[in-house]
Amino acid sequence: MPQDYPLIVVNDVDYSYLNGTVALKKINLKIFKGELVGIMGKNGAGKTTLIRTFNGLIRPTNGNIYINAENIKSKTTGTLSQKVGIIFQNPQHQVFSNTVEEEIKYSLKSLNLSKSETQFKTDEILKKFNLDKYRERSPLNLSGGETKKLAVASIFCRDPEILIFDEPTLGQDAKEISFFIELINSEMKKGKTIIIVTHNIEFAMEYIPRTVLMADGKIVADGPTKKIITHEFLVTKSALVLPQISQFNLALNKIGIACPDTIYSKNTMIEFLADYIRNKSKVVSGENN
Amino acid sequence: MHLIEFHNFHFRYKKNKEYQLNDINLKIDDNKFILLCGQTGSGKTTLIRCMNGLIPQFYPGFYRGYVNVLGKDTAETPIADLSTEIGIVFQNPENQLISMNVEHEIAFGMENLGVPREEMEKRIKEVIKLTEIEHLLDKAPFELSGGEQQRVAIASILVLEPRVLVLDEPTALLDPSMADKIIKLLKRIQMEKRVTIIISEHRMDLVIPYVNEIILLENAQILEHGKRDEVLNGENFQRLNINKPVIYSVFSKLKHEKLYKEQVPASIDEAIRYFQNYN
Repeated sequence: MPQDYPLIVVNDVDYSYLNGTVALKKINLKIFKGELVGIMGKNGAGKTTLIRTFNGLIRPTNGNIYINAENIKSKTTGTLSQKVGIIFQNPQHQVFSNTVEEEIKYSLKSLNLSKSETQFKTDEILKKFNLDKYRERSPLNLSGGETKKLAVASIFCRDPEILIFDEPTLGQDAKEISFFIELINSEMKKGKTIIIVTHNIEFAMEYIPRTVLMADGKIVADGPTKKIITHEFLVTKSALVLPQISQFNLALNKIGIACPDTIYSKNTMIEFLADYIRNKSKVVSGENN
Repeated sequence: MHLIEFHNFHFRYKKNKEYQLNDINLKIDDNKFILLCGQTGSGKTTLIRCMNGLIPQFYPGFYRGYVNVLGKDTAETPIADLSTEIGIVFQNPENQLISMNVEHEIAFGMENLGVPREEMEKRIKEVIKLTEIEHLLDKAPFELSGGEQQRVAIASILVLEPRVLVLDEPTALLDPSMADKIIKLLKRIQMEKRVTIIISEHRMDLVIPYVNEIILLENAQILEHGKRDEVLNGENFQRLNINKPVIYSVFSKLKHEKLYKEQVPASIDEAIRYFQNYN
């Protein structure tokens, strides 16, 4: 459960790139310990720029960011990375060792473990991520999904308090997405704080309780995911598309089937339609009598 | 003659022990919109690389059997020749765009093939209209958004007038509304240019409404290849652990509970038509 003090506080943060492009405008945001927060919005809305400020890869032009009530201005990215692990969208940019095993060992370096501890932890994490069979393989010779797994594993092995994922479900099949969901659940149980940048509306609908919606470098909405991404105006404004069930719900209403707007999940839709069909067939058989 | 024909084709990359393609038999015909689906690692990208000779000519490995493009063996025909028949767009268009401006980018392939200037101008005019990039001609490819880059990558291949356009997860890096626009653009290209489009895509909600055939891949083998609705209603699709469209899941469940007896709808529109008639 989220605790009642904010772990991350973003205070009036602006950011402009050197060429003058304004990427973040007056961002104010609080994220509590133990929360699972989604960041959504169209390409270029500022999502990736925002998460990069959390481990100091990008330094705000104005404003401050606090993690655990400490201003991160004077902290190096190296120090911040111990606490904040970011898994980027394109895992190919994140892996560079000769073998899968070395990749994990490299990532563990900053923890200053003994040789045997490093080996133990490496074995453990490779097993957890089902990567042990690829131990000797070059990361460049893995499939897209496996490379992504390796990138996640190399961050997880350092056990950071805050985990940030940029488009984790991208290019992943259903099996990999469920693996990822299990992973998130187990980290949540450990009290980790998780931020997920995603375009995957169906995924957000189902698993992410709170969504921060961004457009043109600003936060345009922040609240319960179900409210935000079924909101037609907000969704159109941020170049998302309504979840399939919401689209279907609207279409049903258009043909005169009164589907309540509280129905936005797969299961509630199935129940609604099942009831509808049963009632109709009762009416039909009644008429026949 | 088929556009593409795989005959008992096997392939493994030099560095891997397992085969990435195992006894593939596949025939691709004219004017189809085909979805290639399967779990990650099932062999989708490898299969695509065989379609213009990148495998076996560029990627080192071992193969058996053959792949023909318009009757020509891909192991023996130069990749440059195959590429004019089979155009491939990869996931990240940035890696594919090389010129200083969009117009030059689109003309580049034709210049290499020695297409006469007048013909070049005619094709460019037509393709930029179709892909809606008329306003981008003077821009540098790196100035463009992901969706614009993807359009330019598609346009630069379309001007070569290929018979088949293959796209490997073309919308993976795009936001949902742009992804939707690209898929609709592809459908329009298929209808207007009568080309065959083969697409691998994880966002099945988006593509299934538009395709007419589906190829299911599993563990380096072709599990099924057939008309969309037949594949959708078959056991293989049901069993595979892939991102099925939400509408598919809803209606399969209703069907399972014997509340719905027809074919599972491939789109929201189809589902709505069912209920319209129901009333």
